[in-house]
Amino acid sequence: MMEGINAKYVSQKISKTRWRPVSSSSLQQPDIFATGSWDNEDNKISIWSIGENGISGLDDEFEGDPQLVCEHKHNGDVLDLQFLDQDRIVTASSTGAVIIFRHHHNSQTLSVSQLWERAHHYPCDNAPCTGIVCNSPEIVTVGEDGRIILFRADQEGVLRTIENADSSTIHDVTFLRTTEILTVNSIGQLKIWDFRQQGNEPSQILSLTGDRVPLHCVDRHPNQQHIVATGGQDGMLCIWDVRQGNMPFSLMEAHSAEMWEVHFHPSNPDHLFSCSEDGSLLHWETSSNSDTPSFLQGGRNTSIVSRSAIAPAGGNQSLISSWLTGDSSKGRLETTHMLPSQTLSVNSLDVLGQCLVCGTDGEAIYVNRRVPI
Amino acid sequence: MEEVDVEPTTTPIPGFDSNQKHLGFVWGPGDILVYETIYKASGGSAGGCPFVHEVRKDEDIYSPILRKLFNESHHIFVGLQRIREDLPSKNKKPQFVSISKNYRSVIRACMEELQQVAVYHNDSLGNTLLSLELIWNLCEVLFIDAAPAGSLVLHLLDWVRLHKADVDEKAREVLASESPAEHQAYWDVVISYVLQGRMDEARQVLVKQAALQPAARVMFKLLDNLLMKMPIFNPGETQTLTEFDVKWRHWREEVDHCLQDQSFASNRHLEDICKILVGDEDVLLEYKELLSTWYHFLVTRLLFSHPTVKPTELHYYAQSSMHMFLDTRSVPEPLDSILLAAFEFDIHQVIKDCSIALNNWWFVGHLTDLLDHCKLLQSHNLHFGSNLREFLLLEYASGLFTHHSLWQLAVDYFDHCPEFGRVYLELQIERVPLDTERKALKVIRICEQRQMTEQVRSICKIMAKKALRNNRLGSALSWSIRAKDAAFATLISERFLQDYCAKGTFSDLDLIDNLGPAMLLSDRLTFLGKYREFHRLYGEKRFSDAAKLLLSLMTAKIAPHSFWMTLLTDALPLLEQKEVIFSADQTHELMFCLEELTSGKSVPTPDKPMQDEDIETTKIELLRLALARNLAMAIVKEGTVEI
Repeated sequence: MMEGINAKYVSQKISKTRWRPVSSSSLQQPDIFATGSWDNEDNKISIWSIGENGISGLDDEFEGDPQLVCEHKHNGDVLDLQFLDQDRIVTASSTGAVIIFRHHHNSQTLSVSQLWERAHHYPCDNAPCTGIVCNSPEIVTVGEDGRIILFRADQEGVLRTIENADSSTIHDVTFLRTTEILTVNSIGQLKIWDFRQQGNEPSQILSLTGDRVPLHCVDRHPNQQHIVATGGQDGMLCIWDVRQGNMPFSLMEAHSAEMWEVHFHPSNPDHLFSCSEDGSLLHWETSSNSDTPSFLQGGRNTSIVSRSAIAPAGGNQSLISSWLTGDSSKGRLETTHMLPSQTLSVNSLDVLGQCLVCGTDGEAIYVNRRVPI
Repeated sequence: MEEVDVEPTTTPIPGFDSNQKHLGFVWGPGDILVYETIYKASGGSAGGCPFVHEVRKDEDIYSPILRKLFNESHHIFVGLQRIREDLPSKNKKPQFVSISKNYRSVIRACMEELQQVAVYHNDSLGNTLLSLELIWNLCEVLFIDAAPAGSLVLHLLDWVRLHKADVDEKAREVLASESPAEHQAYWDVVISYVLQGRMDEARQVLVKQAALQPAARVMFKLLDNLLMKMPIFNPGETQTLTEFDVKWRHWREEVDHCLQDQSFASNRHLEDICKILVGDEDVLLEYKELLSTWYHFLVTRLLFSHPTVKPTELHYYAQSSMHMFLDTRSVPEPLDSILLAAFEFDIHQVIKDCSIALNNWWFVGHLTDLLDHCKLLQSHNLHFGSNLREFLLLEYASGLFTHHSLWQLAVDYFDHCPEFGRVYLELQIERVPLDTERKALKVIRICEQRQMTEQVRSICKIMAKKALRNNRLGSALSWSIRAKDAAFATLISERFLQDYCAKGTFSDLDLIDNLGPAMLLSDRLTFLGKYREFHRLYGEKRFSDAAKLLLSLMTAKIAPHSFWMTLLTDALPLLEQKEVIFSADQTHELMFCLEELTSGKSVPTPDKPMQDEDIETTKIELLRLALARNLAMAIVKEGTVEI
């Protein structure tokens, strides 16, 4: 399932990796990705290529070995990174700044196109900006200062700020609709904000009853706008239906430490990917008879816990955990480890088409071009 | 005190004259801070200098290319530690050899990358890596693979060939030229091949010369035959060492015969080759340039004079080779003495010499660890209580911890140092600077996984205080919950209550409304949650529930005394309602609470302003009146019987 997934050591701890989007009309696989580093005295964002017939003209043996295209200095840790469009990348910095970089294709260089210096801040200190989501040309950012800020690329000022949206750190944000966003924070709450409403109050708050575990990542189902997946400090994967109040649809034990990122596959949402501080990257695949994926079929009062997915030493095994609903014929959930052996924390992953890229604290990037989707 | 093995190196401090002033210093974790004092060397004092210099021993740790070495070797190291102990050592040897090869390939990859980058000051780094790979390879051959007599020479040949790759380059150049046999480097190539024991290649190149000199065909054929027939020990075959020895001696006699017969007298080159084949040391030394190193000379010597050499006999030949090859006047390089120590199978000397020659512990740490796994190190304890392997790993990991980014790797190394690793980690992990929440979370996770609860607490406290300073009460609470720090949770609740008293409303309702089980962490926090619930109930007009809650807050002693006045004041509107909310019993309890509160109040002091006293007394009087009225109504209501 992952023949020849090799590590590429890059001399910087990778905090974020993202594929450059491919135009939906073309059936091409992605070939360019960007990475951001952290915990360096000089942090960088870099652009890499795994082009087959492209820049480096590699032979088959090294197919998929990423080559550095260009890089640029970045002030502060790169805490989030998103492609605004084919040419522009937005980053969130630990200094509280939000920066737009432009990738110039002819000269293959990066330059700073726009900078909002202290977008997130405390009265005296810097407050890191922790999450970004884009819907070109709009950009929404969140930070440790509990603010939500709406920007428009190419406009200097800030479009709108929701002050004191949260009394704790907001870790991640995603769009539910074009005018609605959902944020997750470090006291385990999901909050939905409607930009059409004035005022600084969320339109809805959801959270788990029981321990308020900090949530670190959130992703929305590509086709169904009311379904989101979250992951948090205890490594549990939760699937929520935001129309249905206060209980998550399902809870699954995924990792033995913080889950840093969770992604639905953009074109094939029966597949979900998550990565964690415990050094594992999991691929969740549902195979069910019906149309809805099995993890959406759970009843409201069942919390299903799958078998704990800890990596055996040097193991490549797929763990099958059955979804124990009332009717066991309703589908199966299969979990696979995507990385060959235990590594340091996997901080980030991105998946597009058949390609998966992830970055670790072991200063390595892994690219898999044949993800079984 | 131990004697020093080598003279310590001197590092001059720029702008400082040791004749003029005294130098002051203080040790850091990986460096020294040095400053000019005001004291003159000759006594007395003069003006100071504003500079502080940082002197660092290990610059390599900051090289971006070497970072790959550190990361990849960390991966290999962790994999090595996980090899199960219970397998018999027979099965483990191939695993250890392959791990050793992994380490070496990592070194090679770095070397290649350095060559590509080819920055000036990295040249010495490239040379160092080259020497490191050479030493490691030899250690692998001699110690880990532990080849017996017969195979030993073959392995050593491989070792030499790997590190003398320029022969192939030269050969390509010669063969690509128009007339290879007339190329000036032609004979160099042939002889280099012979010196390396690569008879097939030598023969292929010789053929070119033979074609040019048809008259001497017989001679060339003879040499070709000799080269072809040279016996090479094959460990896989059933041939024993003695059988091979006999065959080899037989062949050697044949070559000697040809020499005595003067068969090659007409061609000086061919005669030299023949003399080399019988191991003529004088001729070998004539080709010093081609051999270029004494250890090449050693291996070639062994190949042609003692191919069945036993490992225990190696050191004798090594020493003599070195003496014969090197100029007796020149001082041996550190590399030479390290290699000699390896040939003498003195592992400890190898490690010691490497430690002195190199400026960071990467090499000796990993090599010693691997050798220790192969059970090759005698376990003698050092003065400081741990064994050699642990000492070196601790030093290496401590060095890593001084790096702003590589500290994460060091954690795994400390984990595998059973005696002192944990203590070192506990001390170092608290000093990692915490700029972002994400980094703090990673550090805390490391501590939690190792049950270092003290460190978890202290880090959470630091983050909570930072959050509190920036008025992020939710974050502060989240950190206190993580550390299960009741005292801090109480502090945060106090802040909330103070805010409420000051502003009259709660800030951060989203937090207080959704405390969940975290409420139980501290009494004050529980009170806060319940108090907010009271306000909510009141807002929803569920007055009897609100009343019950309010009362329980006081009677169950959840509310702090200082807050009772506020609570009683909150009860006023409930008492003033048209319908009776508090029952008679409840009213009695409220009165009781009021009495408890007022009995504590002493005689009004002169310095308390009259206004405050007035307000206080008015409030109490209002309360008393309201309570009395409510009691009356309650008694009437409860006493009324519906007919």
